[in-house]
Amino acid sequence: MSFPLLTATAALPALGAIATAAVPAARRTAAKWLALVFSLATLVLAALVVVRFEPGGARYQITESHAWISDFGVRYELGVDGIGVALLALTALLIPFVILAGWHDADPLEDTRPNRRWRPTQGFFALILMVEAMVILSFEATDVFLFYILFEAMLIPMYFLIGGFGDRAHAGGDEAAATQRSYAAVKFLLYNLVGGLIMLAAVIGLYTVAGTFSLSEIAEARANGSLSIATGTERWLFLGFFFAFAVKAPLWPLHTWLPNAMGESTAPVAVLITAVVDKVGTFAMLRFCLQLFPEASKWATPAILVLALISIVYGALLAVGQRDMKRLIAYASISHFGFIIMGIFAMTSQGQSGATLYMVNHGISTAALMLVAGFLITRRGSRLIADYGGVQKVAPVLAGTFLIGGLATLSLPGLSPFVSEFLVLVGTFSRYPVVGIIATIGIVLAALYVLVLYQRTMTGPVKAEVRAMPDLSVRELVVVAPLIALLLFLGVYPKPLTEIVNPAVEHTLSDVQQTDPKPEVEAAP
Amino acid sequence: MSATAVHSLWTTTAAGGIDKIPAPNIEYAQLAPTLIVAGAAVLGILIEAFLPRKARYHAQLFLSVVALAAAFAAVVALAAGGYGTSKKHIAAMGAIAIDGPTLFLQGTILLASVVAVFTFAERRLDPESHGNRIDSFAAQAAAVPGSEGEKDAVRAGFTTTEVFPLALFAVAGMLVFPAANDLLTLFIALEVFSLPLYLLCALARRKRLMSQEAAVKYFLLGAFSSAFLLFGIALLYGYAGSVSYARIAEVVDGTVQNVSPTLADTMGNDALLLIGGALILMGLLFKVGAVPFHMWTPDVYQGAPTPVTGFMAAATKVAAFGALLRLLYVVLPGLRWDWRPVMWAVVIVTMLGGAIVAITQTDIKRLLAYSSIAHAGFILAGVIAATPEGISSVLFYLGAYSFVTIGAFAVVTLVRDAGGEATHLSKWAGLGRRSPLVAAVFAVFLLAFAGIPLTSGFSGKFAVFKAAADGGAGALVVVGVIASAIAAFFYIRVIVLMFFSEPRPEGPTVAVPSALTTMAIGIGVVVTLVLGVAPQYFLDLASQAGGFVR
Repeated sequence: MSFPLLTATAALPALGAIATAAVPAARRTAAKWLALVFSLATLVLAALVVVRFEPGGARYQITESHAWISDFGVRYELGVDGIGVALLALTALLIPFVILAGWHDADPLEDTRPNRRWRPTQGFFALILMVEAMVILSFEATDVFLFYILFEAMLIPMYFLIGGFGDRAHAGGDEAAATQRSYAAVKFLLYNLVGGLIMLAAVIGLYTVAGTFSLSEIAEARANGSLSIATGTERWLFLGFFFAFAVKAPLWPLHTWLPNAMGESTAPVAVLITAVVDKVGTFAMLRFCLQLFPEASKWATPAILVLALISIVYGALLAVGQRDMKRLIAYASISHFGFIIMGIFAMTSQGQSGATLYMVNHGISTAALMLVAGFLITRRGSRLIADYGGVQKVAPVLAGTFLIGGLATLSLPGLSPFVSEFLVLVGTFSRYPVVGIIATIGIVLAALYVLVLYQRTMTGPVKAEVRAMPDLSVRELVVVAPLIALLLFLGVYPKPLTEIVNPAVEHTLSDVQQTDPKPEVEAAP
Repeated sequence: MSATAVHSLWTTTAAGGIDKIPAPNIEYAQLAPTLIVAGAAVLGILIEAFLPRKARYHAQLFLSVVALAAAFAAVVALAAGGYGTSKKHIAAMGAIAIDGPTLFLQGTILLASVVAVFTFAERRLDPESHGNRIDSFAAQAAAVPGSEGEKDAVRAGFTTTEVFPLALFAVAGMLVFPAANDLLTLFIALEVFSLPLYLLCALARRKRLMSQEAAVKYFLLGAFSSAFLLFGIALLYGYAGSVSYARIAEVVDGTVQNVSPTLADTMGNDALLLIGGALILMGLLFKVGAVPFHMWTPDVYQGAPTPVTGFMAAATKVAAFGALLRLLYVVLPGLRWDWRPVMWAVVIVTMLGGAIVAITQTDIKRLLAYSSIAHAGFILAGVIAATPEGISSVLFYLGAYSFVTIGAFAVVTLVRDAGGEATHLSKWAGLGRRSPLVAAVFAVFLLAFAGIPLTSGFSGKFAVFKAAADGGAGALVVVGVIASAIAAFFYIRVIVLMFFSEPRPEGPTVAVPSALTTMAIGIGVVVTLVLGVAPQYFLDLASQAGGFVR
């Protein structure tokens, strides 16, 4: 038996979480370093996965399969396709930066030391690693039940991260902030739990129809005709799955938890939500909705495209109107998730490769923008845009990195999000021209909200409270610089990513029996 | 002769003179679990009578634990001997069925009881009073609350060690209840386990009036439901001419031979069957705590001493569901088309009713009471699947649920202020800051109640919902899922309160328990996680045990 690489990639951060949680209260710094080391080691394993993955090979690679709960027909089955590899790599890549960016976010305040057992710092980093473990395993699961368990279980550590750790400025027993935060955490949990429970009904329904949870067995049974799902049943099951993923992604009108959750949590946790955990939702649409229910996916496409369009435009419009910069980024993310979902359901190869690239690039660009915004908020102690002004004169490096993050968010050519946004639009346009045209409104609005944000905070006269603001520290630079380098690199040379992703997208498209539409006008001679 | 034993005795008497009563043929070895527990209970009474006061506590605790462990060993031995599968049969002249569900449920009841007895015996939670360690039970039950007599009893350091034999009697009744194979045995077992429970409910050391009120309510409503059950038994006897399960099932199926002439007029009268069956179901649904027979649950759960609440919530539920399963699967399978629609309605209102009303609760014990009602609904969803998977999923759920319940109530006993347990939810604010470990453990139990994956609650819920869906009750699964979502809300609310609220200045303290309660809670956590992550072995056990003997 070969080395279980995929299990190890998920088990390592889980072990790290346990180890970090066990560090005594006084050794806070040791806990931080331990968490960082574990996340870096996970990154190494993830790199190994990328190296061992052969883009042209079998659909699912590096597979593992063990019996688990045979009474439920559940197996512990892992395997990655190109989409999974890309997202796995993204997750493993972002977590060290999240940890480093949140280095001081969970230090206990000097005046509140009620109990030597209360170890918020250890808990914070342990929870982050726990989320990483579950997210990575969910990208690897090829058994519907296993995926479902992780999909639900990851809510719990996420919930404690949102509810338990707020911005430094508010942490000192500010009752109102604490109430807001626990409201946000509960809203996050309830939305996702309801989505998950509805999916549970669909999961049980799938089992009563198919008799197994294994993706490969279901695909095989489909191919040889021993399994055929009645149209009505398939549509109900599809809706059950899609609902859960649409809450997670999030898609309008199920998005309202995201601005609360991202607004109230610390910047690294907000990155964890939008750049890592939410990707599980869009990933699952590609992997489960399309693969398990191809007919129903095609049936639902028009409605979903409309919802995605509303997300794109509505998210961008609300982002323009925000006064709180974290909520602004949250609404921008809702708009971006609209693009991703549109790309997935355009059912073209450009659209879906674009959507997958979009997931990766959105992760990196949002991380860059949000983490810099977090550094800014830590310095001034306020999330309101109006409290800033003229920062670029005081802290030019901070302002510069903020600008690059922002430009990546508005998909400036030369930065990686441009590639994916372009692919999504092209892919959508070739099948649904009207949808593609309306979606471009989102791009225009993106330019508006990003540039206005930059203008109001960074330019203009220097405000009194900002005057003494220090520029980025070495730790903060170490967080931001690699992300920006990556944005530039993938913007100019996206080939390594597309090579991995494209074959997987072809597989998914053949599941739904779709081919790219032929160009209607022959190219001019 | 066993199937119609009671009936034939009756007819010989009527025919004129008793010629000869045959010595009953009892399989003592197969009844060993019940006999051991009942014997130990009698011994416990003798200990109360003859041992000096100082020595009673240790003697009673030792006796109870040993007896329960020995009875569990007997259950395991019987199961290993194949009495759950190949050798399942009806023992004790038709009164007791020895089969898979019986042994599985008896094992569950015994294990849960051992854990519950640990919480009964806890004496470290309160500070010592007058140099005596005190437990959760009244110093002297007969002393009027607040009277001089009570103060004298406290000063003298009296303790109500009778709780151990009382609990053992209750356990003995519970062991018989799911095994009962005729209606009279069913009724006697019901009384044997109910009466000690009524008493136990009245014995709280703190808030004695509330405890006594709970006991009276429980007793009155319980007596009422017993009357229903008894009336139903009478009607079914009129219908079938026998109280034996097998005989009634035969009459229901219409395959009966040799009709007794004295009963020929009423026999096979469907009105008797339907009304009688409904009355018996009511009696059992009362014990299970299903809506609309749930009214007693919140008051009794709140008023009873918390260790007793935990014991009741776990073991009674297991026993009552066992009896309900046997009744529906063995006696009334022929009536499936009549009882399923009714049970559908009961399941739906139970799941939704429990979950919705729980939202408004402000007392942790009442909240857990309503949560237990919602869980009764989930279990009933598996019961009405009417398939072998339905049986085994219910068995599994009961096992998983009872340990979470006892553990959760054991945690409730730890959070205390000057007035005893601090059960008002507002006092739990910020518990996560004061004692992260206790709060984390309680959070695990709450997550299991909420059915979050990787806990036993999820495995159980998945099993019953799957069985219900397979049994053609897909709509019930959808309702169940909605009820779970509602229920999740109030479990999460408690977690929010514990972890994200600021601790109150005059908040409760968390008592450091002795090894007994620690063990009870520890067992609860371990079972919760093991059944959540690797439930396969126990699912196998439950599905092997899923066959009733007829």
